[in-house]
Amino acid sequence: METDVRLTKLAGCAGCGAKVGAGTLVSLLNGFRTRTDPNLIVGFDKSDDASVYRLNDELALVQTTDFFPPVVDDPFVYGQIAAANALSDVYAMGGEPKLALNLMCIPEQMDAHTVQEILRGGYEKAYEAGAIISGGHTIHGAEPLYGLAVTGFVHPDRVLTNSGARPGDDLILTKPLGVGILMTAAKAEMAEPSVLERICLQMKTLNKAARDIMVKYPVHSCTDVTGFALLGHSYEMAQGSGVSIHIDADRVPFHPEALELARMGLIPAGAYRNRDYAEKGVRASEKVSRELQDIFYDPQTSGGLLIAVPHESAGALLEELKDRLPCAEQIGWADTPEEYSVYLEKE
Amino acid sequence: MTTIDARGLSCPEPVIMTRKALKSKENRYTVLVDNVASRENVTRFAESQGFRVKLTEESGQYRLELSK
Repeated sequence: METDVRLTKLAGCAGCGAKVGAGTLVSLLNGFRTRTDPNLIVGFDKSDDASVYRLNDELALVQTTDFFPPVVDDPFVYGQIAAANALSDVYAMGGEPKLALNLMCIPEQMDAHTVQEILRGGYEKAYEAGAIISGGHTIHGAEPLYGLAVTGFVHPDRVLTNSGARPGDDLILTKPLGVGILMTAAKAEMAEPSVLERICLQMKTLNKAARDIMVKYPVHSCTDVTGFALLGHSYEMAQGSGVSIHIDADRVPFHPEALELARMGLIPAGAYRNRDYAEKGVRASEKVSRELQDIFYDPQTSGGLLIAVPHESAGALLEELKDRLPCAEQIGWADTPEEYSVYLEKE
Repeated sequence: MTTIDARGLSCPEPVIMTRKALKSKENRYTVLVDNVASRENVTRFAESQGFRVKLTEESGQYRLELSK
């Protein structure tokens, strides 16, 4: 559908690249008085994707929220991507989303049709996820924003945190990287329309299929690769789990066009913030080029799941994932703790 | 020599401005930016176009001197 507004022109930052750095967040919240509760299985201290609260022996509540400025010009696609991205945090905990609330900010002069299209995108994805949008909150502001606050459920014994990886696990990534770089290139009108179409399709793809397959296997740990990039999220998983993570750069799926665009400096600012945050914990082989490292620090909007699963089960899980998500790959493994948290290796 | 003042702008705007300016085919340009991401991105872009980049920093402002 055509629209007169170039939505991305109204956006200051690109998608999850707009996210405030992890290091900044930790220091902002440092020292606040909070209550402890044994039923809070996952809270802020764990740097995880969503909070999880045990209701009884059978049921735990999963809560999360995510919103960002327009990442594409088509308002319907933007709504779909924002909703898929918000819902993803529930899937990353192994849960199923049930209720959602719209979070929206719109410039006063924005036409009703555009606003409606953004919302239609959100409703469509919530429907596909089996969740109900039961309300929300909309305000006026200069920069459009859209996302969801999502509530889901998970069995309290089957919560998949980002801190459960064990030595001997294989790591699987379900979506290719490079989305942040490609969207930055799109803003500079240096990305091919066919490439943009490909990444839009990827961003609006729910992590539902990946979650539904993953929970059939003895998965130890899971997170979604979003604003903090592959290396930021791997660093958090390694730190939280007390393991070292080894990533084989040759096996990591990414959109090939991103390599040349990174070399040309079309890299979102978030990638540099991610490098600042995670670099101290990452040992990168000299064989991994600067451009390839840029892709591994590139913030992803509505990225895939990073799954840690025992080596014995990894083959079967990957094979089943590939039926639905052909780009999924085994990208590395977890080992006993070493000097660095993440080792980026290359043949 | 052309000076590109991209201070106050965020990515990818400084790269876009530099790319446009480079169409004049000169051998030297100066680019002014005021954040790390723009400094890195303009450096990468200039290097990918065959320029050497000399960086000077003054109180959070960066001067990139591009030469062939």
